[in-house]
Amino acid sequence: MPENEFLLEMTNISKDFPGVKALDKVTLQVRPGTVHSLMGENGAGKSTLMKCLFGIYKPNAGEILLNGHKIEINNSKDALDRGISMIHQELHSVPRRNVMENLWLGRFPLKNFGPIKLIDDKRMYQDSMALFKDLGMDLDPRVLVGSLSVSKIQSIEIAKAVSYQAKVIVMDEPTSSLTGNEVEQLFKIIRSLKSRGVSIIYISHKIEEILEISDEVTIMRDGKRIGSWLATDLTTDLIISKMVGRDLTQRFPERHNTPGETVLRVEGLTSPFSKAFKEVSFDLRRGEILGIGGLVGAQRTELIEALFGMRTVSSGKIFINGKQVKIKSPMDAKKHKIALLTEERRATGIFPVLPIIENTVMANMNRYISPYFLLNQKTMRQDVEQRIEQMRIKTPSSKTQIKNLSGGNQQKVLIARWLLTEPEILMLDEPTRGIDVGAKFEIYSIIADLVQQGKSIIMISSEMPELIGMSDRIMVMCEGRLSGILEETHRTEEDIMYLATKFMA
Amino acid sequence: MKNSNLISVNKVGSFFFQYAIYFVLLILILGITAVDPTFLSVNSIHDILLQSATRAIIALGAAFVLITGGVDLSAGRMVGFAAVISASMLQIQEYSHRFYPGLPNLPLWVPVLIAIFMGLLVGAINGLIVSRLSVPPFIATLGSMVAVLGLNSLYFDMKPNQSQPIGGLRPDFTTDLGSGFIGNGVYSIPYIVIIALLVAVIVWVIFNKTRLGKSMYAIGGNVQAAIVSGINVKRVLLYVYAIAGALYGLAGVMEAARTGGATSNYGNMYELDAIAACVVGGVSTAGGIGTVPGVLVGVLIFGVINYGLTYIGVSPYWQLIIKGLIIIAAVAFDIRKYLTKK
Repeated sequence: MPENEFLLEMTNISKDFPGVKALDKVTLQVRPGTVHSLMGENGAGKSTLMKCLFGIYKPNAGEILLNGHKIEINNSKDALDRGISMIHQELHSVPRRNVMENLWLGRFPLKNFGPIKLIDDKRMYQDSMALFKDLGMDLDPRVLVGSLSVSKIQSIEIAKAVSYQAKVIVMDEPTSSLTGNEVEQLFKIIRSLKSRGVSIIYISHKIEEILEISDEVTIMRDGKRIGSWLATDLTTDLIISKMVGRDLTQRFPERHNTPGETVLRVEGLTSPFSKAFKEVSFDLRRGEILGIGGLVGAQRTELIEALFGMRTVSSGKIFINGKQVKIKSPMDAKKHKIALLTEERRATGIFPVLPIIENTVMANMNRYISPYFLLNQKTMRQDVEQRIEQMRIKTPSSKTQIKNLSGGNQQKVLIARWLLTEPEILMLDEPTRGIDVGAKFEIYSIIADLVQQGKSIIMISSEMPELIGMSDRIMVMCEGRLSGILEETHRTEEDIMYLATKFMA
Repeated sequence: MKNSNLISVNKVGSFFFQYAIYFVLLILILGITAVDPTFLSVNSIHDILLQSATRAIIALGAAFVLITGGVDLSAGRMVGFAAVISASMLQIQEYSHRFYPGLPNLPLWVPVLIAIFMGLLVGAINGLIVSRLSVPPFIATLGSMVAVLGLNSLYFDMKPNQSQPIGGLRPDFTTDLGSGFIGNGVYSIPYIVIIALLVAVIVWVIFNKTRLGKSMYAIGGNVQAAIVSGINVKRVLLYVYAIAGALYGLAGVMEAARTGGATSNYGNMYELDAIAACVVGGVSTAGGIGTVPGVLVGVLIFGVINYGLTYIGVSPYWQLIIKGLIIIAAVAFDIRKYLTKK
């Protein structure tokens, strides 16, 4: 087969939905053995384009060429058969089954047992081992998938794609749940895939990563292709300005915080579980943003969920405004004016099928109780619509089901939910994860405003520029312990990384 | 801020989706009328409403539980228990086989409230088992369904009754309450229908206007998020199962009043009819979705099928097949709303 300049070409793809032109003559050309990044804000059309590639949507115009030949893809199996594979943002695995059964699901190697065909476990094991070795992955095929970290499960998905002889692998936000070492590990795998001639279409919001791993970058905005560039020709500022269509002079709002007296003091907080957080002590001042940095597994989420009464604590004391308190449930936490925006927006945040109104008032219905136990619907709607306006939540109406909003807007609704409880201490767990650049800045501005109003913020983040750009102080954790608190003056990504790995063997 | 750039839905399609069950009801009525035009009469409406009244109350109870993402299999047996309890205390003095031979004439409301309270109590126990012991609702209520049948049978078998059907009920219970009506002749509304409507209004208010209602939908929509939002999930579930139990109790009393008797086998399988009506009426078995008008229409659809198909002479066996298919079709149709979103 003659080698083509492009392995995969999607040319002039258009897709209309009633009332919306989701894709307008978008072209994407991917060279063999390269990483081609696809960037754009949420709603720019990246997912729609990929859905056209996998036959989930049928484009109104345009064609798809593989190795120069026009192909027709009607469903993801067609795509798979032609060597086009996708690693989804949310991984689809069967947690209660082991690694190799997940890997070979639906195409188990068989052996003859008389007239009956049985699954050939031995061959499955050997094939899996060979595949992992080939890709430089350290995985035990007999381990239950449910016991593995997100990054390992992702490796299985990648191995699966390779085992299908994939030529093009689409990775949708592959690092959204990974940090530090795991990202490096993934990049190593990506480089090994490249050397085998596999092309990667890499979708991510993380600009630093894109610049590190990509060969080429295509940027989209409002369903149109803005252009494609060599990664070496791009900078962070250039990418952002092309994505948002305007110059973003700064990524973080200016900080004028004036931290006051201590509002929260934590002394020696320890979990009953040996691998969880232990002996964590810190304090939080009024009008301050305290960032919490660390790698995945540093027990940051566990710590603040314990402060919120969602997890048990074996010892340690919590003081609010100097008075010792016991927080045994989120209900207790709310009484003490603490709010928590959880990391897993879908799992523990939104009520997908309920309207925005319900989603917003759910943590604070007491506010709307009128006589005879009835809720004052009118004030409820007014309050919510005021928040929608104020926080610039993009939605057709306050009665829209929240699942129909983009991630950034869902996050704003959740922030609004907690603001209605009038908290003094707001704990935010990865508040901008999976959110596009424009919405990120808006969320940063909301946080900055709150601090100006004298609220205190605890913010967990795995994005170091965000930690450094937003926090007054940064507390770093490693393996469940506090490894240091960085003050305003000297703190670089290296400082954070040093503390984040301080106790690692 | 309005934004037209969001997922826009096909207006006509969404209208059809939204009101699909009303169309089904309409088509059923039109179809039956086409076969026999005499079906469409005040008399038929009267009978269908009368037959649907108790079922509506049971279905509304079942909807409480379904909306929280649970299911209540004990409904039917609790109806039976309440029917037997109320009937056992409301027999006329002259009846030869009285359940309590020496019992004086109690005010009507006393046995009625005792029966409803028994329902509330068993419901509350269901709620505690589900919320405190974390037993899945299907299993918890399967257990109580069996246990309540046992309890009812023990009670029913007490001397001197010894499992004889309870008859000879007081006229103020059967004639006045069970068959009484407002208005006259064909233009009348039975008390039982009025009670069911009142219950529906109260349930509608709870679902839409109270903290309990919003919390129920939240728990069914995403229980983890409900916990994080500081909703007292355990207490809400306790209330939900208890209210459902009380409604089954009320339905049992009405069933005894309407039929003028009771046995321990009353209410057998009513829970399935109730769940079917809810599901056909758009209540999601996954929780978080469901409306009172939907449930009522679901009940009416089955009411029209029962009465109408018998009216035009369709064999009861065929009726079962049709009912079964409607349940499956309703869910297959309803679930499309969620599948397409992916």
